[in-house]
Amino acid sequence: MSALAACQAVRIADRRTVGHSRVPTYVRGARGTVERVLREFLIPEDDAFGRPNGRRLTLYRVRFAARDLWPQYRGSASDEVQIEIYEHWLEPIEEEVKP
Amino acid sequence: MSESHGHGAHAPIDARETPGEWEILEIAVRELAIAKGLITADDHRRLLEGIDGASPALGARVVARAWTDETYKKRLLADGSVAFELGIDNYDRTNLIVLENTPEVHNFVVCTLCSCYPRPILGLPPDWYKSPSYRSRAVRWPRVVLAEFGTVLPEDVSVRIHDSNADMRYLVMPMRPAGTDGWSEDQLAKLVTRDTMIGVTVPRVPLAPG
Repeated sequence: MSALAACQAVRIADRRTVGHSRVPTYVRGARGTVERVLREFLIPEDDAFGRPNGRRLTLYRVRFAARDLWPQYRGSASDEVQIEIYEHWLEPIEEEVKP
Repeated sequence: MSESHGHGAHAPIDARETPGEWEILEIAVRELAIAKGLITADDHRRLLEGIDGASPALGARVVARAWTDETYKKRLLADGSVAFELGIDNYDRTNLIVLENTPEVHNFVVCTLCSCYPRPILGLPPDWYKSPSYRSRAVRWPRVVLAEFGTVLPEDVSVRIHDSNADMRYLVMPMRPAGTDGWSEDQLAKLVTRDTMIGVTVPRVPLAPG
């Protein structure tokens, strides 16, 4: 069961990791919006250490306004970065969702 | 330097380099797996043949079919696995998402963490796709990077850069160029190159001679 739905505003956890994860540092701590809910996958933190029976969590696609990620961004206000994030990295936040 | 067999001078082809640590590890694990009967040498050879055999021509067929069949296109955009219906071997169980370029939105793809790429449908990624320069700059300066590939987009077209960082892989469906009415799927497929399906450029109709 996925905990979040499309259009939910989220913050990516600003967490330091030891070992492998698939969350690039440039999105840690950033605010974005769930674009779509994918399915469950074995999380990379367990997969990387050869734990095939490790945690399986829902993967989401999250979109960010390029201007929110990069304050100096030059380009269109509607330019976006989209990326996949696992549920344990997503913190739902109260925020007005842009249509 | 001999040029007697008909092509330009080059350094001698020398495959006698000492294998690196990882290469030795790969050989050792593979030979053990074969010796223990987990896989056969033919299984391994067949996998490599499949990996080397996949090419952007496969993706081009999928895009050309979508351009000519609206029902197929709708199914493909809703579920990327539809791409593999055309007899394409999904040898690594790629989970595919197809991204449609429109007059309003231009999509392109990068893997900032390594070189994730829809290999069963496009073959192996080009060297530039794996370069630290492309990987670090595509998410930060997408319009600059696109311009370096000769793709300059007006401000009113939104750029959507997809970081292929985890379990999904992405195929860009470029826009069908004007002036291709009545073209067959085979003719259309020739316009769909590797780079148009990564999204760093767009398909063009070659100018008629004369």
